[in-house]
Amino acid sequence: MKASAFGYARATSVADALELLTAYGERAKVLSGGQSLVPAMNLRLVAPELIVDIGELTELRGVSLKGGVLTIGALTRHADLLKSPEIAAHAPLLKDAVAHVAHPAIRNRGTIGGSLAHADPASELPACMLTLGAIIIARGPGGERRIAANEFFVGIYETALTPQELLVAVELPVIPKSSTHFFQEFARRHGDYAIVGLAAQASIKDGRFADLRLGFFAVGDRSLLAKSASKLVDVAVTSAVLSEAASALDDELDPLEDQQATPAMRRHLAKVLLTRCVSLLLARPDLRAGASA
Amino acid sequence: MTSERANPQTLSALDRPNSYIGKTVPRPNLDRLMQGRGLYVSDIELPRMAHVVFLRSPHAHARIVGIETSAAKQMTGVIAVVSGRELSTVITPWVGVLSHLKGLKSAPQSAIAVDRVCWQGEAVAAVVAASRAQAEDAAEHVLVEYEELHAVTDMRTALDPATPVIHASLGDNLAFERIHDAGAVDQAFAESDEVVEAEFVFGRHTGVTLEPRAVVADWNAAEARLTIYQGTQAPHMVQNIAALHLGLKESQVRVVCKDVGGSFGIKVHIYADEMATYALSKLLRRPVKFVADRVESFNTDIHARDHRCKGKIGVKRDGTIMAFEIDDLTGIGPYSMYPRTSAIEANQVVNLVGGPYVTGNYRARARVVFQNKNVMCQYRAVGHPIACSVTEGLVDLAAMKIAMDPVEIRRRNLIADDAYPCASPSGLRFEQLSHHATLAKLVQMMDYDALRAEQAALRARNIHRGIGIASFIEVTNPSAAFYGVGGAKISSQDGVAVRVDAQGSVICQTSITEQGQGSESLTAQIVGSVLGVSMDRVRVILGDTDNTPYGGGTWASRGAGIGGEAALQAAKVLRKNILDVAAAVLQSTPSELDIVNNAVVNVVDGAPRIDLSELARIVYFRPDTLPPGIQPELMATRHFVPREYPFAFTNGVQASWLELDPDTGFVKLLKHWVVEDCGTIINPQLVDEQIRGGVVQGLGAALFEKCVYDERGQLTNANMADYLVPMSGEMPDIDVGHVVTPTLESELGAKGAGEAGTAGAAAAVTNAVNDALRPFETIITEIPLTPQVILTALGRI
Ligand SMILES: Cc1cc2nc3c(=O)[nH]c(=O)nc-3n(C[C@H](O)[C@H](O)[C@H](O)COP(=O)(O)OP(=O)(O)OC[C@H]3O[C@@H](n4cnc5c(N)ncnc54)[C@H](O)[C@@H]3O)c2cc1C
Repeated sequence: MKASAFGYARATSVADALELLTAYGERAKVLSGGQSLVPAMNLRLVAPELIVDIGELTELRGVSLKGGVLTIGALTRHADLLKSPEIAAHAPLLKDAVAHVAHPAIRNRGTIGGSLAHADPASELPACMLTLGAIIIARGPGGERRIAANEFFVGIYETALTPQELLVAVELPVIPKSSTHFFQEFARRHGDYAIVGLAAQASIKDGRFADLRLGFFAVGDRSLLAKSASKLVDVAVTSAVLSEAASALDDELDPLEDQQATPAMRRHLAKVLLTRCVSLLLARPDLRAGASA
Repeated sequence: MTSERANPQTLSALDRPNSYIGKTVPRPNLDRLMQGRGLYVSDIELPRMAHVVFLRSPHAHARIVGIETSAAKQMTGVIAVVSGRELSTVITPWVGVLSHLKGLKSAPQSAIAVDRVCWQGEAVAAVVAASRAQAEDAAEHVLVEYEELHAVTDMRTALDPATPVIHASLGDNLAFERIHDAGAVDQAFAESDEVVEAEFVFGRHTGVTLEPRAVVADWNAAEARLTIYQGTQAPHMVQNIAALHLGLKESQVRVVCKDVGGSFGIKVHIYADEMATYALSKLLRRPVKFVADRVESFNTDIHARDHRCKGKIGVKRDGTIMAFEIDDLTGIGPYSMYPRTSAIEANQVVNLVGGPYVTGNYRARARVVFQNKNVMCQYRAVGHPIACSVTEGLVDLAAMKIAMDPVEIRRRNLIADDAYPCASPSGLRFEQLSHHATLAKLVQMMDYDALRAEQAALRARNIHRGIGIASFIEVTNPSAAFYGVGGAKISSQDGVAVRVDAQGSVICQTSITEQGQGSESLTAQIVGSVLGVSMDRVRVILGDTDNTPYGGGTWASRGAGIGGEAALQAAKVLRKNILDVAAAVLQSTPSELDIVNNAVVNVVDGAPRIDLSELARIVYFRPDTLPPGIQPELMATRHFVPREYPFAFTNGVQASWLELDPDTGFVKLLKHWVVEDCGTIINPQLVDEQIRGGVVQGLGAALFEKCVYDERGQLTNANMADYLVPMSGEMPDIDVGHVVTPTLESELGAKGAGEAGTAGAAAAVTNAVNDALRPFETIITEIPLTPQVILTALGRI
């Protein structure tokens, strides 16, 4: 379990990193926290010719708030997100989600940019980006691109980034004061990637959803912003309405099989999460009791 | 910790005022390990040392058509690329059989495969280079042409006539079969009011050690001597086997075992890649290091517990258990492991089923079959978890059938505490067990009735909790009956040498080994107590065949009971020798003197007479001042092996309290209790941590751990992300209680405690899950109890 030989460059600026990426293209890999890349290299699943370490680019690290927009630098560590007062105040969903990402040692190194660029379909952060309507900012030889989260993730470990591009930041609209959220996932052990998870954000008025965004993860080749959420918006939610939404959700899912779960189990658990989410956000325990099967 | 002496004895050498026995004292090796000054095999660097990487078969079963090594040999740093055939000039193959396991057969196994590979992960070539990374680079350039053969993977069809035979010379895929029939089983079933049957399925899993297997072999051609640095549980066994197959005398092989990062039985075997490393050192005449990486550990460290066991129990309406019957099937991979064999686990299952109970009616069959998967062999609590899960699962099913409380049915059937000595249904002899005392204590510790009431109240609120109980017996302190009688050169006796140095400190050499369980500590505690010397003055040396007495090492929960007794006896002799000299020097008599706190004192008033350091000074430097005719012997050696009983059985009972979410199939462990009886407790903290660690491995088996093979014999989760070891976040608090019934076979009275936790944990959890599932009228007899398994049983998916 030793990586094959590779070249190493520590980028001194974003421009420097981009120059190296342009020169090497697919033969280079960006190194951020290294928590996904390094294990893959040690297992010789990837063997880049050059590692471009962007770890020293402090300008890419940190959270700032301006004009109703939260900007999170790509090198912001998972642990930073957990501690950030701006995140706690304006994107509490993300704070809840990050607590489920791996373990403290990994959260101390792993970065939001690395996580999004890695695009594991079972990862928490991509789903949060969908739910929160994030814009992902990439810089490449041709300048900056702003990519909506729902266009950024394109498949298992696949994103809209080109090999010459660097993910530099994400922007999140500050959530309205009245908004509430729900985050839950099923994992065999604390810190494991989820079997199925849900990151939801909602506005509730008079016991009804005025807005509901349901970001499911580990339910297909990428996170899913469920369209079936619309069935629950602006209606009085009954068990019947909920189970209709659940079967619409079923149609949207295309879960994969792995050692933890069959597609059938993932579908079942996604529906359990939907029920729990709706019942909790609407403070309606009756909905949960009725739909547990 | 709570403990009570079931058998208070007269004052022994151990019950002295400054005794360390029964006290939680810090381990002497703690600082060394905490300060990073441990010496693990990976830390060892020798001049001219090379690193070996094994190229491993990607196929479960294939003929090796050709191996092309020329490109690899040209690569930077490469010293040699060696095939199985080339290596066979230095090392002979072996066959993993023992004569007392009648009918056990296996095929010759080579250090590196010759002509054919029989499991995915078997080594096909060794690449030796100046660094591990260079060897890995070169391994990618060794080209092996394979012709795939049919892989026999499903143990259920391994014996079908249509299934190819893995080793043609053996005639079939049956490695071993044992049949046992005691009492009048058919009649007992006929007389039962209820007969319940179930098939119990166990996930193949492995013991995941923090430190992987590792060895440095150093052939010194000038001395014609091989030094093997290895993390092993049994240095003298390694010495014997290495010498045997390399054509050397045992005196030409030294095995050194410094710190070991966990063993659990994984490191008590002889592995082909380790043998290959010894042979490579001899072939290349230089030190060679092999450190298994995590992926190859999963593919080559022994697996265990791949069993399907049909069970049947007969019960009267009053709860009397009438009979047990089992039919066990296990697949062990393509070879019986060397030298302990892969039949022991199934043999233990037959031995142990029904063991805690009175009924003498017991019929069993166990079949052990070959398959093209990694080898299986002994892992912590060999066979016990299978036997315990089957027995305790059947007892609970019977209780359910006759609507009797699980504790009550056990009370009515466990062997009475005053019925000893007696024998188990399989004929194992028990000296003295304490099933009822342990059960009573467990019920009290867990507040059983209150827990039942809480369970009922929560059930009404749709919260599903379960209580599971599992009684068990554990094989410890094995005599020669385990291996020696079968012809294996695995010693069941251990030796300890104790001496006083020139400043009155004590040096103690013992043949038991330390893997983190506290052998050093327990040895120092015993020696210090007997001698009256403070523990910080006792240094323990172990793990070196050149520098310790001959002995078995550490396995089958034997270190404290056997090595500890040897230490006790050696220290007693040394104590006598010290007092003899002291009496001569002080013009007193030995009976008037004692040793307390590193000084010889008067028995009557405790007044100090002479420091041990002063006595040692006289003995070593001024013997001329001693009275004539006195020859001091400030060194003593004693050996010990149990002779009366083949094994010192221990017993205990565990309970699990958990919550099951029927919507998701997830199980949350809320609490776990163990009450066990390992006889004399030397260090309560070490015993409790052995129990807890053992429980955690059992909980891993119950809920998480499984080596997942596909139908082609590919291990599909050979990494720490997909193979789930239990982690602290999922573990419940584990309360440990003790009942103390010392064995009378030794003065120390200690039995083993290393495997008790693992023996019963999975059974307790499975019973608790089935208890929680009661309202849903479904029973699960398969582990690991994954959400997928539970949701399927509930019909939710
Ligand atoms: C034991 C363990 C458990 C884990 N559990 C979870 C979990 O439960 N949930 C979860 O979401 N994650 C989990 N992770 C992964 C962890 O969150 C990683 O931190 C994350 O996936 C990658 O972030 P990184 O900064 O370490 O990226 P790296 O490993 O450095 O890089 C990952 C990939 O992204 C690319 N990349 C990195 N940064 C950029 C950039 N700025 N622009 C373009 N490409 C870039 C790299 O080239 C590489 O291909 C776990 C990891 C471990 C080791």
